[in-house]
Amino acid sequence: MANLDIKIGKLQLKNPVLTASGTFGYGSEYSDFMDISRIGGIIVKGTTLRERQGNPYPRMAETPSGMLNAVGLQNKGVEYFVKNIYPTVKNIDTNILVNLSGSIIEDYIEAAEILNELDAIPGIELNISCPNVKEGGMAFGTSCLSAAQVVREVRRVYKKDLMVKLSPNVTSISEIALAVEAEGADSVSLINTLLGMAINAEKRKPILSTITGGLSGPAVKPIALRMVYQVAQAVKIPVIGLGGIMNATDAIEFMLAGASGIQIGTANFIDPTVTIKVIDGIDEYLNRHGYKNVTEIIGAMEI
Amino acid sequence: MKKFMLDLVIKKNISLSNQYALLILTSHDKLPEILPGQFAEIRVDGSSTVFLRRPISIHFVDYETNELWLLIQIIGDGTKKMADLKVGEIVNLLLPLGNSYSIPTNSEAKLLLVGGGCGVAPLLYLGAHLKSLGFDVNFLIGGRSSTDILQLCEYERFGNVFITTEDGSLGEKGFVTQHSVLRASNFDYIYTCGPTPMMKAIASYAAKINAICEVSLENTMACGIGACLCCVTDTIQGHVCVCTEGPVFNITKLKWQI
Repeated sequence: MANLDIKIGKLQLKNPVLTASGTFGYGSEYSDFMDISRIGGIIVKGTTLRERQGNPYPRMAETPSGMLNAVGLQNKGVEYFVKNIYPTVKNIDTNILVNLSGSIIEDYIEAAEILNELDAIPGIELNISCPNVKEGGMAFGTSCLSAAQVVREVRRVYKKDLMVKLSPNVTSISEIALAVEAEGADSVSLINTLLGMAINAEKRKPILSTITGGLSGPAVKPIALRMVYQVAQAVKIPVIGLGGIMNATDAIEFMLAGASGIQIGTANFIDPTVTIKVIDGIDEYLNRHGYKNVTEIIGAMEI
Repeated sequence: MKKFMLDLVIKKNISLSNQYALLILTSHDKLPEILPGQFAEIRVDGSSTVFLRRPISIHFVDYETNELWLLIQIIGDGTKKMADLKVGEIVNLLLPLGNSYSIPTNSEAKLLLVGGGCGVAPLLYLGAHLKSLGFDVNFLIGGRSSTDILQLCEYERFGNVFITTEDGSLGEKGFVTQHSVLRASNFDYIYTCGPTPMMKAIASYAAKINAICEVSLENTMACGIGACLCCVTDTIQGHVCVCTEGPVFNITKLKWQI
């Protein structure tokens, strides 16, 4: 057994495997299938200050080796989370992180202040990259100026771990990463989904109600891997890699490219136990290659 | 209800026509409890185009022979792959998923189970369950043609069967909503599954005669367990997941214009 413990920003994790927001509910959806406390961290569904109904159906289109979604941050709001979800998730013996999104900076700040008071939530993932909301969301994450501004304002009120989730829908993701690092982000996670679309040719209509949506799954993995590599070269804070990870080998590739941790998203829909298989697979890889600590493979790609 | 991820074995694969197949799956272990109306998410292996699982209604469960039946309509690559499965092959399923049809509290209630095309699938298991509880079961099954009326002898085991076909090749000619049984009897409960226009027409009939009506929706899904929020339908309580709050809905919960 290799040592999988890892510190990422202010977080102490039992292994580098987290679940990506919006793909793992609040954890309990998966607890019939496995012991969810074995996962290094669970990032719960994107939460906003106030309740959101999300976008109309249809919200999903299957695409080659992936899927498009246009859920649009459906959630019951941060107060509902505090009253109804937090009392349950706080008892799960792992890091529970809240993915926080907003349309205006004031909403981010108000929700972050509320989340800062929750003892059993060691950090938030600041979502400045959701492609499926009309205003805000991705708009914050696609310019250095606005990304820096929202991180600065949230950092002022949020004292625990602040992970910032970056959008790949930009010209230079490294520049955005540097901008949020300068404002006090503890880590960056990337990539959120890539903007895409699908058309039903027979009906001559878009498949998604919103026309465009976010692409995820193995189709995006090579892009995600490249971006994680570039960002890890550019910043000093830890990088959490995600985008199409389906198995332990994918996860290890992201770590070799420079990620300190990884998130598993869309793969949870195909195999609800994939997180456990990835944790065990990383352990097996480390043993087979004679590594004692998982930290040894971070950025260990040889050129 | 506890959900499972199981590897089941194909015991039989019966081609019902070039459009439909009946898969009979089994396991060395006892099948878990499954309620009428629930579904399974099937992993499709070995396809270059199918990425997500496919949600398929539970057609029938036989606990004596430890068999799970799935009725497959061949629509795309995923269902084609399923219909091509060979005896002895392993299929990975998540089940049982979703809620179930409700059981009438009044044992004298007059029941009608209305299915169209492959939508009849969950009604066989529902009918068998209701009959085992002592109810008189009436099936009303519709299709475009006699080749769309599937598994007729199975339905006849559990109740009266009324049929309509659009071309008149079997039963009464027309749509299910035009069948004479709807004028001859007054039903208290109507359960339906099939194409949305058919279900809306049935829901409208049910509303007119003050019958309780439950419909089964089949929105496109990714996870099937309430995590991805892709399969939502609009209800009086806002957007809810069809995979967890449904697939069965009382029509008074939906925002259908009927």
